[in-house]
Amino acid sequence: MTAHVTVTVNGTDRQIAAESSLLDLLAALELDPRAVVVELNREIVRRPELAATQLGDGDSIEVVHFVGGG
Amino acid sequence: MRTQEHGRVDQSLVIGGRTFRSRLMVGTGKYTDNQTMVRAIEASGAEVVTVAVRRVDLDRTKEEGMLHHLDPQRHFLLANTAGCYTADEAVRYARLAREAGFNEFIKLEVIGDQETLMPDVAGLIEAAGVLVREGFQVMAYTNEDLITALRLEDAGCAAVMPLASPIGSGLGLINPYSVRTIKRRLSVPVIVDAGVGTASDACVTMEQGVDGILMNTALAAAEHPVTMAAAMRHAVEAGRLAYLAGRMPRREIAVPSSPVTGMLD
Repeated sequence: MTAHVTVTVNGTDRQIAAESSLLDLLAALELDPRAVVVELNREIVRRPELAATQLGDGDSIEVVHFVGGG
Repeated sequence: MRTQEHGRVDQSLVIGGRTFRSRLMVGTGKYTDNQTMVRAIEASGAEVVTVAVRRVDLDRTKEEGMLHHLDPQRHFLLANTAGCYTADEAVRYARLAREAGFNEFIKLEVIGDQETLMPDVAGLIEAAGVLVREGFQVMAYTNEDLITALRLEDAGCAAVMPLASPIGSGLGLINPYSVRTIKRRLSVPVIVDAGVGTASDACVTMEQGVDGILMNTALAAAEHPVTMAAAMRHAVEAGRLAYLAGRMPRREIAVPSSPVTGMLD
């Protein structure tokens, strides 16, 4: 049985494979890491560190980008 | 130097050590479609283009990010903290914006009231101080209060951005005296942000001597945004030139333009 953990991504709970990194999560969401900025538990995770940042149960992730605004 | 023939020679707009080629800055919100937005930005001649920071829509039901439409090589992307109601929240959004990797500039908004979108000036000054210490070039959206503007300058803001009238209202420059006073008293550039509705508003605003204007709804909500963008480009240039030219004195009585002598008997 594959182990899963529950994380919150942009306010919604998601099941992901245990020991996933943030880069794995972005890949699963089909997001280009160069086009987004990621917060883990309210701390920004810089792009070079996405691959080495492992997610655990209960983590809260925000994935943001630029949209139209004034 | 000033000659009667040419007036003062204009200088480039420099904010936070960076030189900008246009005094008109435009937003990217509220356009009916992205193609119109891109064409309007083109017609405006603006270099600085503002964007907001929001969650990626993971269900892909809404539009893609702005970077699908704007070339960061051609436009200077100025991220805002629109929608933030506390200093902490604005600082959080500013940090996220900087992490996108384009520049150190942030258009700082800390809103204090949902109906008027007037700034929370205490939160604004607090957030400005934090961000300046973190190395941001802060351009602060504020009201037309001189003391707040002075405090923002003291906090190290790269530019102060008093409103012409409330965001999205299109009411034009309500308080020219206050905006003129802010411009006269501050050393950093003063960019009027919000409230301009049509070209004459932009022209009158620039005639006060401010360094530039940022607008969004005036273009996005015009019947023909691309045409309005061209009008705004001319209006900003005309207002700037008129300011540099130095207007004639106002008089309460008529003074004839033609000779009063040499009339026939």
